[in-house]
Amino acid sequence: MSMYFDNAGTTAIKPEVMEAVLPYLAGYYGNASSIHAVGRDARKAVENARAQVAAAIHAKPEEIYFTAGGTESDNWAVKGTAFAHCEKGKHIITSAIEHHAVLHSCQWLQKQGFDITYLPVDAHGLVSLADVEAAIRPDTILISIMMANNEIGAIQPVAEIGALAKAHKVLFHTDAVQAVGAVPIDVGALGVDMLSLSGHKIYGVKGVGALYIRQGVRIDSLLHGGAQERGRRAGTENLPAIVGLGAAIELITQDIESHVLRLIKKRDRLIGGILTAIPHTRLNGHPTRRLPGNVNVSVDYIEGEALLLRLDLAGFQASSGSACTSGSLDPSHVLLAIGLSHEAAHGSLRLSVGDFNTEQDVDELLAVLPGIVQSLRDMSPMYQNRS
Amino acid sequence: MYSEQVMDHFTSPRNVGEINSADGEGTVGNAKCGDIMRMYIKVDNGVITDVKFKTFGCGAAIATSSMATEMVKGKTVEEALQLTNQAVADALGGLPPVKMHCSLLAEEAIKAAIEDYMSKHPSA
Repeated sequence: MSMYFDNAGTTAIKPEVMEAVLPYLAGYYGNASSIHAVGRDARKAVENARAQVAAAIHAKPEEIYFTAGGTESDNWAVKGTAFAHCEKGKHIITSAIEHHAVLHSCQWLQKQGFDITYLPVDAHGLVSLADVEAAIRPDTILISIMMANNEIGAIQPVAEIGALAKAHKVLFHTDAVQAVGAVPIDVGALGVDMLSLSGHKIYGVKGVGALYIRQGVRIDSLLHGGAQERGRRAGTENLPAIVGLGAAIELITQDIESHVLRLIKKRDRLIGGILTAIPHTRLNGHPTRRLPGNVNVSVDYIEGEALLLRLDLAGFQASSGSACTSGSLDPSHVLLAIGLSHEAAHGSLRLSVGDFNTEQDVDELLAVLPGIVQSLRDMSPMYQNRS
Repeated sequence: MYSEQVMDHFTSPRNVGEINSADGEGTVGNAKCGDIMRMYIKVDNGVITDVKFKTFGCGAAIATSSMATEMVKGKTVEEALQLTNQAVADALGGLPPVKMHCSLLAEEAIKAAIEDYMSKHPSA
């Protein structure tokens, strides 16, 4: 039972993960690079976790590189490819709705002289394959399109983009941070050359992630100073967190079909309940190509931060694309990219359902939400003026 | 991130509503930026006898609207014109730096209502 509906932000650690991690905090402290027995125990644990991650995405263990999280994985894939292949060209294709780890890396590369195409998305948040193909040029070195969006949950046609990338001999990276455990992932079938994933979105530990790099794909390193991760990512391995990532990814992918169905049931109960009980609400994102735990609605005439605070006071945690929650003047770039007005984006509410939320939790949320929305609307001059 | 006073005025805002046949009414802000404040005042013998607001905005926008209405209620129009956004923020125990613009909107909304009153009552 949990009133926490911000599972796309981060997740609680599962007891099974905790159980796997604890010995590596309490007893096994070795440095996996050491030759002695204590070090060898650590090495064994790291390689076991690597095999667990590889199995979950149908990769080879030697194609998995542990990082400090999804952000590092995205930075490494984008910048590492740019630096390694800049002699071939300086053009990168990405989408307007990527996570900032990809977007801001691309913007930084622009300052270094790279040329970036930011593909638009349709009203449901999907990239068009025709747009991808049309954007490919002789100097294109990378396509980076996320597998599933963190805000609106839209699931991109990654396998089709992978086929296009392959046909044009362009490297393809996908940010799968939100997709792991929600969409079956087979890196071979998807045709991706690089894939980012994270531990704390799948009931694992914070501060750990991984980058899958297909065997034979050359990218530059970001971190130098040690021979760890086959010489490609320096730094002593974060042993407990890596063990936790292995345990978490194995747990979440072992029975993915029923896991997804359970989430969808709760998600759709929530979407249906909100759209039925609260007038002037709309679902953002795609109706079906959608993460199984993602709910994103625009609630007209009110502002998201006020809604989040009131929900929090009632014991429920959620998220919003409002500018007031982003610390910037503009609302979410994703909501603007799907064509929402600033007003509708300010009034957005994201509820991300996780494994710990029960259907009863969903019903309890549905019992309080309409009243909170109405009390904020009663205060709103926009509601007063509505046509 | 918000002070106790902000949370108090956010959860139990004072003076929410409208005044029919208000003597002055002012609206500031715009929905694109995520804040709109509308203030209504009733003036009797140069004294603000009643004030109400409606606000679309974040927690700080609602709390500053509420506090600003409390601060001008019972004051003369001249006194109310001296209201500053800093005074509103201070009365709320401070605001996060990114939210100071909300207190400015509250000050501007009060002043807009007073200016409306003055333009309708030029002799007052």
